[in-house]
Amino acid sequence: MSITVLAPDELARKCRDMRTTIIKTIGDANMGHIGGDLSVIDILGTLYFNVLNVNPAEPTAPNRDRFILSKGHCAVALYTTMAHAGYFPVAELATFIQPKSRLNGHPCNEKLPGVETSTGPLGHGLPVGVGAAIGAKIQKKAWQVFVVVGDGEIQEGSNWEAAMTAAHKELDNLTLIVDRNRLQQGDRTHDVTSLDPLAERFTAFGWEALEVDGHDYGALIEALKGPRAGKPRCIVANTLKGKGVSFIEDRVEWHHKVPSPEQVKEALNELERGA
Amino acid sequence: MATMDKSQLHDCRDAFAATLEALAEQNENIVTVVNDSIGSSKLNGFRKKWPERLINVGIAEQTLVGSGAGLANAGLVPFVCAASCFLTGRALEQIKADIAYSNANVKMCGMSSGVAYGELGPTHHSIEDLAWTRPLAGLDIFVPADDIETAAVIRYVAQSDHPCFVRLSRMGVPTVLPKDYEFVPGRAVPLREGNDITLIGCGVTVCRVLDAAERLASDGIQARVINFSSISPLDRDTIVKCARETGHLLTVEEHSVRGGMGSAIAEVVVSEAPCKMSLLGFPEFAPTGSAEWLLDNTGMSVDGIVASAKTLLG
Repeated sequence: MSITVLAPDELARKCRDMRTTIIKTIGDANMGHIGGDLSVIDILGTLYFNVLNVNPAEPTAPNRDRFILSKGHCAVALYTTMAHAGYFPVAELATFIQPKSRLNGHPCNEKLPGVETSTGPLGHGLPVGVGAAIGAKIQKKAWQVFVVVGDGEIQEGSNWEAAMTAAHKELDNLTLIVDRNRLQQGDRTHDVTSLDPLAERFTAFGWEALEVDGHDYGALIEALKGPRAGKPRCIVANTLKGKGVSFIEDRVEWHHKVPSPEQVKEALNELERGA
Repeated sequence: MATMDKSQLHDCRDAFAATLEALAEQNENIVTVVNDSIGSSKLNGFRKKWPERLINVGIAEQTLVGSGAGLANAGLVPFVCAASCFLTGRALEQIKADIAYSNANVKMCGMSSGVAYGELGPTHHSIEDLAWTRPLAGLDIFVPADDIETAAVIRYVAQSDHPCFVRLSRMGVPTVLPKDYEFVPGRAVPLREGNDITLIGCGVTVCRVLDAAERLASDGIQARVINFSSISPLDRDTIVKCARETGHLLTVEEHSVRGGMGSAIAEVVVSEAPCKMSLLGFPEFAPTGSAEWLLDNTGMSVDGIVASAKTLLG
């Protein structure tokens, strides 16, 4: 059980609010990875407000579920979710990337309790998650490990090393969610190094793999909480980079472009209209 | 003071394995992680006793180090063991981000470091590992000199909550430290008194440096000898004291001359106590040959160390 359990319709409202926070935070800071933040936020919202057994008041409780955002450049999405979940005040998001802020451009576990490991360089989260899942098994603990990677990130070979290890160790306490937004910094993933068929690749590696709409809260909940088959689970969550703001959606150039003050206004209006 | 017993040479991995098994008996949170390197890390005994506590991730160093960080996050005390050349070189970014920057309580044990795999060539030599790891803040780095110090270091790191890199060799070395030796991080260990020059070694060079000091004494030169096993944290006070009292420092290491123990000491000397100093180590990729031959051939034979000391003294 997570501390907070929101049903799909409540999650939709929460994630709409969080999208607003992301736009404002990036606009104010004049920096951030807006496209990936908006594609992953429904996944993060579902995890923190329906799935993860975590307690913001006790962020290092030994039996908490472990969540690792491997795509650390989407720190604003993580900070926004953690702030909305009660790890720290939402107002603190105004300090994002400011000198000596604990809200770095990439998450740091030593600065922000609740972050499990510092991420930023790609391909690090899954190996760490594999270690944590093995650690839970050795100690016969019931807590689970969830890792979110970007789809472009899957090009890092370390993921496939860890994928082999996870399958060999039958880590059915490990869930990998791929934010499959089909864009990476420089181009469409398909035009850089094709990843398809992605779910089948994980199946071939010995994982249980399924595909869902990464913006469908009900489908995400079912995929994240469904009964396990004695294997690590990969959820390929099909998403739209920039989801929720029409002029950002599915455009390569919005990987880390910052909206102008006018565009911030336009984006916020659009989110409000869509509510 | 030194109690060098040359009648027997020790592979320090034996002391590592025996100590680790004794500690694991007491502390069930101790686990080992390997990249298939069970035999070369001398972990067959550990595996036999606790098969479920030896995690073999396969030949996958990024996962080796990353999963070590995850195991620490889960509350365990992982000893991540692999040939030093692959552990540090292949997984350096994981060591930086997942271990040092994330302050994960992982004990990395670099096996067969330096030129222990001399015959296998520079791909398997690990004469860059100190240079790669030394700038990583928060990472303890220890290079034990013999079997006694290896056991003492392993006992220390097992109870410490810091991440560390312990550099171990397979090259036979005599015991140079007393049985009751206690390892203290950040403390250089004086092994011989003298005021003409200070010879500083770490790991497998310490016994050679001691022999060189004895040879120098017969020529009327009193060399101080320091075992510099704690590379990080660094004993700045001892460096400054030796520089001021002896005026000449000669460092001898089984590592590149760039970025290793000598460089760490030189950084202190330059800023706090300038003196005459010379660094012995590998100036380039080493040729192929036995570890003994490579050290001898690169100016780190006892004769070579004596000659360098005399040159430095002028």
